[in-house]
Amino acid sequence: MNIFQLFNGLTFAALLFVVASGFTLIFGLLRIVNLAHGALYLFGGYIGFTVATRTGSFVLGGMGSMVAIAAIGFALDQGLLRFVRGHELRQVLLTLGFAFVLNDLALVIWGGDSFTVPVPQVLRGGLRVFGVFYPTYRLFVLVTGLAVFAALWLLLNHTRLGALIRAGVDDAEMVEASGVNIRRVFLVTFLLGSALAGLGGLMGGAFLSLYPSADAEILVFSLAVVIIGGRGSLVGVGVGSLLVGLLNTIGQVMFPELAYFVVFGPMAVLLAFRPLGLFGRPA
Amino acid sequence: MTVTQVVPHPRRFAGMSGRAAVIAVAVVAAAAALPLCLSHYQVGLATEILIFGVLAMSIDILAGFAGRTSLGHGAIFGVSSYVVVYATAQAGLPPAAAFALGMTAAMLLAVIFGLLAVRTSGVYFLLLTLALGMIVWGICLRWTQVTGGENGMRGDVRPAWLVTHSAFYWAVLAVTAIVSYAMWRFVRSPFGLTLRGIRDSESRMRSLGYNVSVHLFIGFTVSGFFAGVAGALYAMFNNFVSPSSVALAQSVEGVLMMIVGGVGTLFGGFVGAAAIIALENVVSAYTERWQTVLGVTFILIMIFAPEGIIGKLRAIRTPEVR
Repeated sequence: MNIFQLFNGLTFAALLFVVASGFTLIFGLLRIVNLAHGALYLFGGYIGFTVATRTGSFVLGGMGSMVAIAAIGFALDQGLLRFVRGHELRQVLLTLGFAFVLNDLALVIWGGDSFTVPVPQVLRGGLRVFGVFYPTYRLFVLVTGLAVFAALWLLLNHTRLGALIRAGVDDAEMVEASGVNIRRVFLVTFLLGSALAGLGGLMGGAFLSLYPSADAEILVFSLAVVIIGGRGSLVGVGVGSLLVGLLNTIGQVMFPELAYFVVFGPMAVLLAFRPLGLFGRPA
Repeated sequence: MTVTQVVPHPRRFAGMSGRAAVIAVAVVAAAAALPLCLSHYQVGLATEILIFGVLAMSIDILAGFAGRTSLGHGAIFGVSSYVVVYATAQAGLPPAAAFALGMTAAMLLAVIFGLLAVRTSGVYFLLLTLALGMIVWGICLRWTQVTGGENGMRGDVRPAWLVTHSAFYWAVLAVTAIVSYAMWRFVRSPFGLTLRGIRDSESRMRSLGYNVSVHLFIGFTVSGFFAGVAGALYAMFNNFVSPSSVALAQSVEGVLMMIVGGVGTLFGGFVGAAAIIALENVVSAYTERWQTVLGVTFILIMIFAPEGIIGKLRAIRTPEVR
């Protein structure tokens, strides 16, 4: 594997981190496996694409997709998931149904064509790093991934909300018993997680492009990341993203036909022997 | 003949499975007469309902009786279809051998899935089976020389005497009746009762001396075998297989049929399959938005009737149950 492929793996890992961190926040705190997360990613990408092309601003596109996806997340959580609280399986299957609807809606609105989010002038072209000429935009994705990691780390470890989220992951009932409105913390977390999916959609939409089955692909990769890393652990998502991103690159380079197997084989074995993932703790 | 195999038993057992068996008999009896009064197209639909009913039942063995909902059965089903089509079209085997090979392949896959999955429960079981199914899908999609990639494979799988719609329908009905009976016996057996014990309290069964993992593993394998039967039938039904046969949507539809029919009712699988396939055909006549309708159905069922149609009816008639 040369430097170029290593960078490909790292930038893909950065994108996965942004998407999967939202997934794991929701999974960790609310115990909801949100299988609509991939659909939120794709929808966010499409909205970001539309806003970015209409306004000509990549930043506005990013804000638009985050706000819009947070709003859809709000509708999902408050409009539908509230009726099945506490039933793990029903929640999972409900989000799956929601994903079907969202995907179909995306197909109606944007059609089956493939789109690529336009990248601002500054991020076009390439840069010379470690002796290879590498696309600037993908380096930007890498930096954004690191920035999101830093921001989430600060949020979780140095703010009151972060302390509440961490406490909620460990024992939500106890947090509620100590006088905190845990429902509000849940809602904020759900919105934050959804917004991250939206942001991921815009970022990924600019280099992986957006097409009708992109949601399933990113969802499965996010699942792998969270399964490897463990529920609700930020470091776990970081490590999981790196592993999946690099394994995927290795797989595509060395065993193109079995690339899926290279990622998910290790994951399945890991889950079988460490059901809670590398950094997961029992509920 | 196929009807009488199911009839004698439900009277012996009171309670929910007796009721489900009565419904199953009604479906079988009605189904037996169908080719006489339906068009070719409708007979085809009925065949499809039988096949997917078997798939839904195989999922129900795990979900309803062992408390493990699998999102990987679509892959087991689809692999069986792939093997049957490959064996007849590419390897030139006779249909019967291909059929046996398909079921064996499905069971082997179930063995692998089972070995990995029995250590998990709840949402993690769901995630693991989902991921395992996705691996199979990925391989079917990418391994182009063998699977034909996105284009899939075509082959004349049906033997000559099964080419007409009605003949094939009768054959499927016979197989369905036999495997339904087998599944019913399986969940009623002491082994099936042990699975139910595991569903209700894993730790209690463990302390009673049952090897929970081994029971779940065997349960998974048996369930996979029946999913394989459905998959092999489906290969003969379509004479075609493509990655969409192993995709997540296939597993999801199977699970939805199982839930609509009623978790733990076993024969409810046919009700669910009939409901979903009928809905699909009605909806497809008016709109192309089947995915949306499927998703909305899923959401509504989860919110309002997670116990399925049969469960809902039972709950209305006897409110004190559950």
